[in-house]
This record gives sequence, structure tokens and C-alpha cells, in this order.
Amino acid sequence: MKYMLLIYNNPTEEPTYGTPEFDAMMGGFFAANEKMQADGVLAGGEGLQGIETATSLRIKSGKVETMDGPFAETREHLGGYYVVDVPDLDAALKYAALLPSANFGTIEVRPLMDYNPAG
Amino acid sequence: MNNAAPKAIAVNKAVNDVIRSDRGRLMAGLVSRLGDFQLAEDALQDATISALGHWGRSGIPDNPTAWLMKASFNKGIARIRKAKREGQKGHDLSLIIEDEDPMYAQEEIPDERLRLIFTCCHPALEEKSRIALTLRTVCNLNTREIADAFLDTETTMGQRLSRSKAKIKSKGIGFVVPEPAQWGERLNTVLSTLHLIFTTGYVSGDASSRNLCLEGMFLMRLLDQLQSQDAEIEGALALMLLTQSRKTARVSSEGATVPISEQDHALWDAELLQEGQALLARAVQRRNPGAFQIKAAIADCHMETPEPDWAQMLLLYQSLWRFEPTPVVALNWAVVLSETGQPELALQKLGELKDALSEFQPWHAANASVLRKLNRSEKASEAYAEAISRAPTEADRLFLRGKLKQLYN
Repeated sequence: MKYMLLIYNNPTEEPTYGTPEFDAMMGGFFAANEKMQADGVLAGGEGLQGIETATSLRIKSGKVETMDGPFAETREHLGGYYVVDVPDLDAALKYAALLPSANFGTIEVRPLMDYNPAG
Repeated sequence: MNNAAPKAIAVNKAVNDVIRSDRGRLMAGLVSRLGDFQLAEDALQDATISALGHWGRSGIPDNPTAWLMKASFNKGIARIRKAKREGQKGHDLSLIIEDEDPMYAQEEIPDERLRLIFTCCHPALEEKSRIALTLRTVCNLNTREIADAFLDTETTMGQRLSRSKAKIKSKGIGFVVPEPAQWGERLNTVLSTLHLIFTTGYVSGDASSRNLCLEGMFLMRLLDQLQSQDAEIEGALALMLLTQSRKTARVSSEGATVPISEQDHALWDAELLQEGQALLARAVQRRNPGAFQIKAAIADCHMETPEPDWAQMLLLYQSLWRFEPTPVVALNWAVVLSETGQPELALQKLGELKDALSEFQPWHAANASVLRKLNRSEKASEAYAEAISRAPTEADRLFLRGKLKQLYN
């Protein structure tokens, strides 16, 4: 089963660049990455630029509305994701717990939709 | 001679007996092989109905549980086939059919209830759903009985149960015992769930049709048997036994709650008490402390004769705090402080907890009791009034009214 690990962080609570905490966080991500790769479960993952770079779009009565900013102003922002291919939720949670962001943010774990019309 | 009716009754009883004693085992085996909670439950239901016919004609089989397991499995396969024919998305049949063993009915059924308990008590499910699912699946309570325990309607509880079963599937919760790295945290969720089943029965005085205290003890004993020599499981079971041993003593003849220190020791169930104490001693010897062992030790100190061992409890709360730094633990700790000659400090601690616990009835009751110790009658009577208005049971209200009266005597 494939799961997306969505990484939500509050930027004000993230370690700042240049501090030992920041280096520890980078090391933690590196270690998590390596572990996922070594276990052969890593199916993808990207980090996202900050929400100040986000543009939102929707169509209202046939007209495209484009807005500066993210979909919702929340305290914690989606900062990136991993996709892992594992047997069950417990295994996905184990990898989620390896992500340093879990210490100061939230990792949302969601199964990918497996759309297979043939059954 | 026609004895169809008595025979029908006897067969019905036999089927019910097997289901009552072995439903957990059957469900565990079926979920494991069919890979789906709802399907397992439907298949067992189908097999139960067909057992009534078969057993009525040919007599009760030598191994009724194995018969039901095999029949349920076949019914499950039939359901999958039917779903396939009707074009619904189904299981990978080839995989399951290969696994089918015609000799299964003669074999010992492997006990997979530990996996079942861990799945029903997975932290990815809501607390109430964990309780409901465990009672339904492992203890064979029906939806009506579970709804009664929660004062819910049968429909609401039925919806909750089917939502939870669907969630196990959609979230991909595995039918497995957690691996060592996750064991401690997951076991704690299981123990808390089982303990909550017990306390739900204890607090309500078990007005519901099924005795939740006994179900909770049954589950904890089962867990201790499936996973023996685990200090925390033993501690959690000891806590239940010690609590249960005071069951008769905790309410006065007038129907008011009696605090442990004022209970008639002769009313304590000596057998349960001894079993609980022996179990606790065994758990502590394993040198692997945990929150449930400490809570059981606190319960044991409460029941020390002739007087509760408050000094020891003070130390125990200090240890408990390391495992559970929660406002509720701090509240109970403060109560012990007031019993060990430090009511001023207790009052200060309770004050610090106001924001976290002002909606929590025991906080008001503790405040009242500490204020009374400090002879601040006016404040105490206000606190008693608040505690009385929030009391969860009539017995607690009666007890608190009694204390309030004593204030002015």
C-alpha cells in the first residue's frame, strides 16, 4: 500500500539556518531518506518552497480567479511530502516518526487512492 | 414422536454457546484469512444460520468451533464470488483459494486473538470506536448492548461500528502484532482501552445489560494469557482486580459513595485482593516499570490496613509523573499531599491546575476536601456545591452532600 507522508510545519517553530538544531534537522532528514531508500520503500518525495511563493486559482462562474497566497492561511503549512510503499499503516507511521519535522510539526499519513476499475 | 421444537431449542443453545465462548477466536481466524472485518462478521453470521440447519439434522459436530470456522470461511468465499459476479471490486480470489485447506475442520484453530485485539485497539481509531469494536469483536456483545453502555442509540452505535471497520480497511491498518519498536506505545493504547471498558462499567454501576467490569477483566486476563510475562499487562490486570475487590464496599447502605479510607475492609473480596497483590508483586519483580504497575501500586497503598500508606503514595506519584505528566495525575498527587500534612501546598497545586481542570468534577471535589482540611468552610462549601452539581452519579452526590453537611456540624 502506498502512503503519502505530508509534512506540516509552522515556520516560526522550525530551527533557524546556521544553528546546531538546524544541522540536526538536516541530518535527520538525510538519515530518514537513507533509511527509506535502503528499505526499498521510497516511492517519491519533494520539498516545497514557502507559502509566500504560492499562487491559488479557482474558477467561479466560468471565470478564472487567480490569487496570491496559499489555499488556506493556517499556522502549519504543507512543506513537502514523501511517498512510501509499505505493507500497512504501522509501517508508514514508523517512517513518519523518522522525519525530524514530527518533533515540531505534524506528519499527516494518508493512503494513496488505488483506482483500479477492473477490481 | 415429534420433538422438533425442543430439538430446535437445544441446537440453538449449542450454537449460541459456541459463539459466546469462541467468537473472538473465530473472528480472529476469519479476519486473518479473509482480510476484512465486515466480511468476516457477515460470513460468521451466515455460517451460524447454516449451523442451525446442519446441526439440527446431523447432530452437533465433534469440534463445533472448527466446523463454524470452516463453514464461515466457505461462506466468506461465496460472498466474494458473488461480489465478483456482480462486478464489485473484490479480493484477489486466487490468493485466498490457494490458502483453503479442506482438512481445516479437524485441526486446532490457531489463536490469533492477540492480533485481533491490537487491530481493534489501534491508535489510528477513535477511542470510543476502539472500545466498541473490541466489545463487538472479541467479547461478542451485540450493537444494542454496546449502545446501552454508552447511552447511545442502536443506530448510532451501528454506524460507528461499520465506520470503524471500513476505516481499518481504508487506512490500511494491518492485522498484525506490532513490532518491538512500536510495542510499548501500542500496548499502552490496548491497556488503556481495556481499562476504559472496565471503568465504564465501574462508574455506571453496570446498569447496562452486560457487565462491562467483567468484560474488561475477561479481556485483560485473555491478554495476559496471550502475551504472558509482560509486567505492564500484569500491572493493568492487578489494578482491575484491586479495584473490583472493593466493588461492594464502595457504596454505603444509603447508596452513597464511600472513599477507600472509610470502607469496611470486611466487605473487600479477599480472593480478588490477594490475586491482585500477588500479580503486582510478580510484575514489579520484572524490573520493567510502567504507568499501570504504578497505578496498581497506588491502589494497593490505598488499601493498606489499618491506614492507607500515604507516604508511599507520594513517592509513587512522583514516579507516575515521569510516565504521565498530565493534569489528572497532578490532581491526584495534590490530594495525597493534603493527606500527608501539606494541605497548603496541595491547595497551591490545585490552583495551578484550575485552567486545565475547571471543567473536571474531581478537581472541584478535591478543592472542597482540601479547603475543608484548612477549615476554610465558606470556600469549601462553594467548592462542594460545584462538585455536587457536576457529580456523575447519584452515589457521588449523596457522598458530597454528606461532607457538605459535616462542614457546619
